[in-house]
Amino acid sequence: MSKEPVAVVGIGQTRHVAARRDVSIAGLVREAAHRALHDAELTWSDIDAVVIGKAPDFFEGVMMPELYLADALGAVGKPMLRVHTAGSVGGSTALVAANLVAARVHGTVLTLAFEKQSESNAMWGLSLPIPFQQPLLAGAGGFFAPHVRAYMRRSGAPDSIGALVAYKDRRNALKNPYAHLHEHDITLEKVVASPMLWDPIRYSETCPSSDGACAMVLTDRAGAARAPRPPAWVLGGAMRSEPTLFAGKDFVSPQAGKDCAADVYRQAGVTDPRRDIDAAEIYVPFSWYEPMWLENLGFAAEGEGWKLTESGATALDGDLPVNMSGGVLSTNPIGASGMIRFAEAALQVRGQAGEHQVDGARRVLGHAYGGGSQFFSMWLVGSTPPDS
Amino acid sequence: MTSEEAPGPRDIAVVAFAQTDHRRSTAESSEVEMVMPVLHDVLAQTGLRTADIGFTCSGSSDYLAGRAFSFTLALDGVGAWPPISESHVEMDGAWALYEAWTKLLTGDADTALVYSYGKCSPGLVRDVLTRQLDPYYVAPLWPDAVALAALQAQALMDAGLTDERALAAVGARSRADATANPHAQLKGRIPQGDHVVRPLRTGDCPPIGDGAAAVILAAGERARRLCARPAWIRGVDHRIEAHALGVRDLTDSPSTRLAAERAGAFERPVDTAELHAPFSSQEVVLRRALRLDDSVCVNPSGGALAANPVMAAGLIRIGEAAARIHRGASDRALAHATSGPCLQQNLVAVLEGDPR
Repeated sequence: MSKEPVAVVGIGQTRHVAARRDVSIAGLVREAAHRALHDAELTWSDIDAVVIGKAPDFFEGVMMPELYLADALGAVGKPMLRVHTAGSVGGSTALVAANLVAARVHGTVLTLAFEKQSESNAMWGLSLPIPFQQPLLAGAGGFFAPHVRAYMRRSGAPDSIGALVAYKDRRNALKNPYAHLHEHDITLEKVVASPMLWDPIRYSETCPSSDGACAMVLTDRAGAARAPRPPAWVLGGAMRSEPTLFAGKDFVSPQAGKDCAADVYRQAGVTDPRRDIDAAEIYVPFSWYEPMWLENLGFAAEGEGWKLTESGATALDGDLPVNMSGGVLSTNPIGASGMIRFAEAALQVRGQAGEHQVDGARRVLGHAYGGGSQFFSMWLVGSTPPDS
Repeated sequence: MTSEEAPGPRDIAVVAFAQTDHRRSTAESSEVEMVMPVLHDVLAQTGLRTADIGFTCSGSSDYLAGRAFSFTLALDGVGAWPPISESHVEMDGAWALYEAWTKLLTGDADTALVYSYGKCSPGLVRDVLTRQLDPYYVAPLWPDAVALAALQAQALMDAGLTDERALAAVGARSRADATANPHAQLKGRIPQGDHVVRPLRTGDCPPIGDGAAAVILAAGERARRLCARPAWIRGVDHRIEAHALGVRDLTDSPSTRLAAERAGAFERPVDTAELHAPFSSQEVVLRRALRLDDSVCVNPSGGALAANPVMAAGLIRIGEAAARIHRGASDRALAHATSGPCLQQNLVAVLEGDPR
């Protein structure tokens, strides 16, 4: 049983902002899709299937919006799949699309993820009450803050680490024209002085709420050979899930995340992620999740992730740059955020990341998670195909 | 890669199927409680445990439950610990099966658990489904699923392709066949009733109900070990059409025809067809698109007119077709699932048993 190698040959995203009042949902997704096709120098007729993802339908108030979006995405007469795996969905959607190519079901697939959060109210979209079940506590921050506290206690990390991450990511965002937040006057002091929202998470350590979409064109070996620009090759990809709440759950470093990373590394032949991976786009909606995920992903030993962050290794000019694009902390159209991580990883190994390009990035990780740290999806992309 | 490697795709089969009894309301149980029995059922049929399953995929819709992320809790019914390789489509479970099928084709997994569920009872499903429509131009008018299906039925009548008597016969046949289906919600001799939205009467419309279904897929020799007569998936394909009703010919279903062609349905005749036609008029459209004549046994389970748990009804069609192959009642069956207003999106699977 052999799999077809999968290549990313087109990437497009919208300029992410708080509210895109100039376009409909259809207009938003078409903009990203069109840019991905343009990048690949392909047309709508070159696409065999469309795989689309977004986070809960309540965020826009449209049930199964892929039905309405079929026309805008050139899917009429084609297969169209709609993936939904909570916050990890952008990554999962790309992996489902990649599997269509890997299984040789289709040669070239358009995959896209979006969120147009200004159409509705995301906080209330997450807060619809249901009897006998725990409500989310004042948005996602309320849910995750206690787990950050648990990490700080377990690792002995000083209070200052979270602000370092936020300052780094927001500065990286200044080099990314598509990023939502461009805070030209940001300083570390301003991050530390920002209001406390969910102790220990401050306002400036929190992701924004964005409108945006991200699209990729995935293709097989033959398609990659025709690509006008260097492709990114999928060296490994995996999804893992575990229950949201149960007695044995480690919210600081969930087993599903560790297993998912281990599967990706096995597929890609990575034995030492710190050495073998050049950079990473990691899903960090709250600053402290950088050191937490560095440990979960095997870049640092347990309790040591914050030291990696503090050392500057994860800065754009460090030896393991993390969230070169500015990350989720600078741009968060929730359903698209995972795919943006995957796409930014691909941009890096293609050498197409512009001002936030890491020199010599050959193997880069894209990471997403969702639910109550319950769903994980990751891929590792490289500048050379898996066989060579 | 070596030259010895098999050039073709691997054979994948449905090896187990289970469904709940479909009921007007299951207010006393949660989604997890509704899903768990069917998961246990398919696992017991195969002797597999959760940890033996290579890939899990589910289908459902948040809007039926009336809350975001409803599927995240249904996952509890799977017992996802240690962590599992898992995914979810916000679609009918038939498309979850499609995702699982492609995963098995890559060789990354040898077995897959697919499940889906729909609790229609918490809300007014006619109103809920209006939220599927174009949010700017159509949804604000709240045209409901019955009204849209009635437009399609009237178009069929205006084209001379059916009449009220013929539609009544579809409903009566479905519910008569459903008497042999212990899970069906509506069965036996049920009056055709009054018009709901002209020209559709009560008997032309599906019951509103809650239910769940689960299927296990396995590849190659694994399938033969798990099932005496696996239902081999010879092909599966799905296609979507334009959303706006004004740009579609409602009397035809080109997406169904194309999906059937790509799935290989027309290569040889089928003996059974399980069609996901929630309205009697939609069976008329599908029969024409799929070129099914009277020699084909259509919806022996009673179909969606006997039980229509939204998001599970399509997967149930695949399960029912597979179960007929398992028990030797069919050698080559077609299963169809639909999504969206007036058959906008359609999936066709072709299943075969080994020669007897």
